[in-house]
Order: sequence, then C-alpha cells, then structure tokens
Amino acid sequence: MQKNGPLALLFHALVIAFVLAPLVVVCLVAFTPENTLTIPTVRFSLRWFRAILDYPDFITAFGNSLWLATLAATLSAAIAVPAGLAIDRYRFAGRDALNALFLSPLIIPHLVLGVAFLRFFALVGVTGSFAWLVMSHVIIVTPYVLRLVIAALSGLDRGAEQAAMTLGASRLTVFRRITLPMILPGVTGGWLLAFINSFDELTMSIFVTSPATVTLPVRMYMYATDSIDPMMAAVSALMIALTAIAMLVLDRVFGLDKILVGEK
Amino acid sequence: MNRSSTTPWLLVSPGAVLFAGLVIVPLVLTVILSFLTYNYDTGIGDGYTLAHYGQILSDGYYLDIFWRTLRLALLTTLLCALIGMPEAYILSRMRKPWRSIFLLVIIGPLLVSVVVRAFGWSMLLGSTGLVNAALGIVGLGPVKLLYTETAIVIALVHIMLPFMVIPVWTALQKLDPMVEAAAWSLGASRFTALRRVVMPQVSIGLLSGSLIVFGLSASAFAIPGLLGGRRLKMAATLVYDEYMQELNWPMGAAIAIIVLLANLVIMLAYNRAVEARARRALG
Repeated sequence: MQKNGPLALLFHALVIAFVLAPLVVVCLVAFTPENTLTIPTVRFSLRWFRAILDYPDFITAFGNSLWLATLAATLSAAIAVPAGLAIDRYRFAGRDALNALFLSPLIIPHLVLGVAFLRFFALVGVTGSFAWLVMSHVIIVTPYVLRLVIAALSGLDRGAEQAAMTLGASRLTVFRRITLPMILPGVTGGWLLAFINSFDELTMSIFVTSPATVTLPVRMYMYATDSIDPMMAAVSALMIALTAIAMLVLDRVFGLDKILVGEK
Repeated sequence: MNRSSTTPWLLVSPGAVLFAGLVIVPLVLTVILSFLTYNYDTGIGDGYTLAHYGQILSDGYYLDIFWRTLRLALLTTLLCALIGMPEAYILSRMRKPWRSIFLLVIIGPLLVSVVVRAFGWSMLLGSTGLVNAALGIVGLGPVKLLYTETAIVIALVHIMLPFMVIPVWTALQKLDPMVEAAAWSLGASRFTALRRVVMPQVSIGLLSGSLIVFGLSASAFAIPGLLGGRRLKMAATLVYDEYMQELNWPMGAAIAIIVLLANLVIMLAYNRAVEARARRALG
C-alpha cells in the first residue's frame, strides 16, 4: 500500500473541512442564546429547541413526513419485491422496457416529476390528497428498492430453493420460507434508503403538497425563505442528529458504504 | 431460467400499472399542457399554441436564466471533478479504518436534507458569517457572497461532491495498486503513472460522475432558491415561480419539458461517449 504525501493529506483535510463546515455551523448556532444567527462562544442555551415545541407547524410537518416516508417505503417494497423477482428470474416480452420504466424516476429531474404530478392531480381532482402524495413518493423511491432487491436476488445461491422444491414445497412456501428471508437484508436496506429519500425529498413535494399535507423539508424551505432565526438552526440540528443515528444503525446492520456506493 | 408464463406478468403488474399511470400519463399530460394557450385573465385555454416555446427561445429574460443554469451547472461539474477525483484517489490509498471513516464522512451528508445544508451555507456565507469573519482577519473587507452566483456554486459543489467521489472511487477499486507500482518500477515517473495507468481507469467513473452532477445541478431547486435570492433564478426556481406566482402553468410546463429534454439529450450523448471509449479500449 502506498502512502499519501503531506500535500495529499492537506488537500484531504481541506475537503473534509469543506464537507463538514455547514453541518457543524448549523449544530453550533442551534445552541445560541441570542435572537440572531450567531455562534455561541460563552453561553449555550436550549431556548430555540424549546421554541420548536411552541411552533406547531414544524411538529405537524414532521409527523406528515414520518407517515409519508413510512408508507411510501413500505408500498414501494411491496411493489419492488415481486417486480424484482419477475425481472431477475424470468425472460418475458417487455422485460427490458419495464425495467427501464421502473428506473426512469432516477433520470427524470424531480422538478419535472413535480410539475407532471401537479397537472395530473389537478385534472383528476385530487390536489392536496395525502394518499396521492404517498403514491408520488412511491414512484420516486421504488428505483432504489428495486436495485437492491435485484442485487440481492442475483447474488442468491439457488441451491436452497431447489432443495425445498425437490422436497415438495409449493412455490409460495419456497418464497416465504427460503427466498424472502435470504433477500431480507437487501429489502430492508432498500426500505431504509427509500425512507430517507422520501423523508428528505423537497423539489417534487413542494409542487404537490397542500398546507394540510406539507412535509418537513417543504415547511423548512418555506420558513427559511421568509424568516431566518435560530429556530431554523435548531430544527436542522435535530434533523442532522436523526440522520446521524439512522446512519449509524444502517452502517452497523448493512455497511453504509455498500448501500450508498452500490447506489451510485 | 424459468419458462416464460403468466407468472412474471402477475408479479410486475402492480408496479407496471402504477408506473404507467403515474409516470407516463402525467408526463404526456404535461407535454400537452405546455402547448395550451394561456391568458392572464381567463387562465388556461383550450387552443394549442407554440407561443410558450417561442417566448422562451426569444425572450432575453428566459435565455439569461437558461444560460446561467448551464454555466453554473458546468462550473459545478468541473469543480466537483477537480476536487472529487483527487479526493477519491487519496481515499483509495488510505489505510483500513480511516478509509471507511472518511468515505462515510464524505457520502454521509447525502442523507441530510438539502434544505439543512443550504441553510448552513447561508449562515457561513452571510455578511456576518464565518467566511467573511475569516476574510476580515486576513484583512480583506467584507465580500458580498450570499445571493451571488459564487454562493450557488459553492453550495452546489458541496451537495454534488459525493456523486462524483462515489463513481470515481468505485472505478479505482477495480484498479490493482500493484499495476501503478509496476509502472514506477518500469521507470515511469509518478506523473506518467497517474496519467497513463490511473487516469484511463478513472475516466469512466469520472464521466458517469460528471453526468450525474451536471444533471442534478442543472435541475437543482433548493440551492438557488435559498442562496440565489429573489433575483438570481435558475431553471428550477423559474418553473416554481411560473407555477406558484405567475400561475402560468403552460409556460412552467414548457420550461420543465425543455429541462427534461436537455437532460435526456445529455444522457444519450454520454452513452455514445461510453460506447466509443469501450470500442477504443477493445481496439
């Protein structure tokens, strides 16, 4: 293994500082006792965290986002597992076209999807419906789940399935007792990735949420465009903390680099 | 491999129905919308027109925004390549625990909402922010950074960097470090070894990273929205304003369709480039 020279390490340190700077600043400012966005040096205060509790908009939006992400990730797993099985195990007419269709939300900008959903929902007469918001999120997160499901299926040793079949298990039993448990890490990883993507999605959601279904990123965006006070920093710091916890769990269970690097 | 039967169709049908109904239909409706007439008093009309596309391609207001979008997205891609490529190379040469720790530090922010990261930059770059405080210590007066193109590019590079590091890193993983060492022992200088051995391996990753970064930067919404202010618009914030403030949906749809088409053209050009490279590599 070759070593990195001092110049390389200096470059590396600068890159890491650049990557962490905005996140660190947000977390520091969240503890300011002042009314302005200042970095506390002497006194630290939790007043802006308490202020969130008196501002129900963030709490409602957080609840909406949590529900939305849970439902969208679960539904997309329910769609992606059978679709992944069909795409991995069978050769049928239209297979490549369907695979491309399922992955297409990765290359269509979310802006375009948002505009398209807004028009569609307006014509159908369901603007502002939470159920349809969930469906729109299912579309954008399904590619992530599908990729991990297909990766899990193609890396599977088929011997156990064949043994179960030979011993007389029905196809449903083989799937339930053998295949599903074996691809479960891939499905769970996909579910979590879908959850995080749905929870953080802004650009599409801002077109299709109504005041009643507004999600946390949309609420934060609106808040940050009109007024900037340290409460925004406190909400952001909480989101960073939650993400860090989610990352640690993901990393312990699956290896985060595997999920994210595989994702491209 | 299983025989083709009705089973795969049953398995894909829920997804196929959902995606046909919620991807293809809305996109077709949006294309139609972009050709409908619009009147500020009566709203969306029934007649068809090319006027929105005509106006976008002739009105300086729209052309300026598209030109800015293209320019800032290209600059972001270039900076991400200049920072991401060496960083991925340095990461790949690190020892075991450090390598995965720093890889996590670089790709972890991907999981933090873009709004949070944009907000962080707005505090750093503000007139009383840390960057200006640091410039003050060196003796450079306060510089207006927030609500400038510089702020947009800085924050975009921050958001997009992981999308460049990941593919380059993946490409580097396939390179045996001994090959580089072999080039040195055969008398190549460090620079020649980098250029002739490492670069060709990295270029596919660099190409796919650049594609992702360019596509995402050109349609970025939160960064220009929060760091560009009211005046400095990019394509995505322009579409948002047409929809939510002007209420001119057909115009907004036409701009969105142009963004989509530009994205697809770049994808195709990229596939061509990769195929050409592969052909050259195979001889």
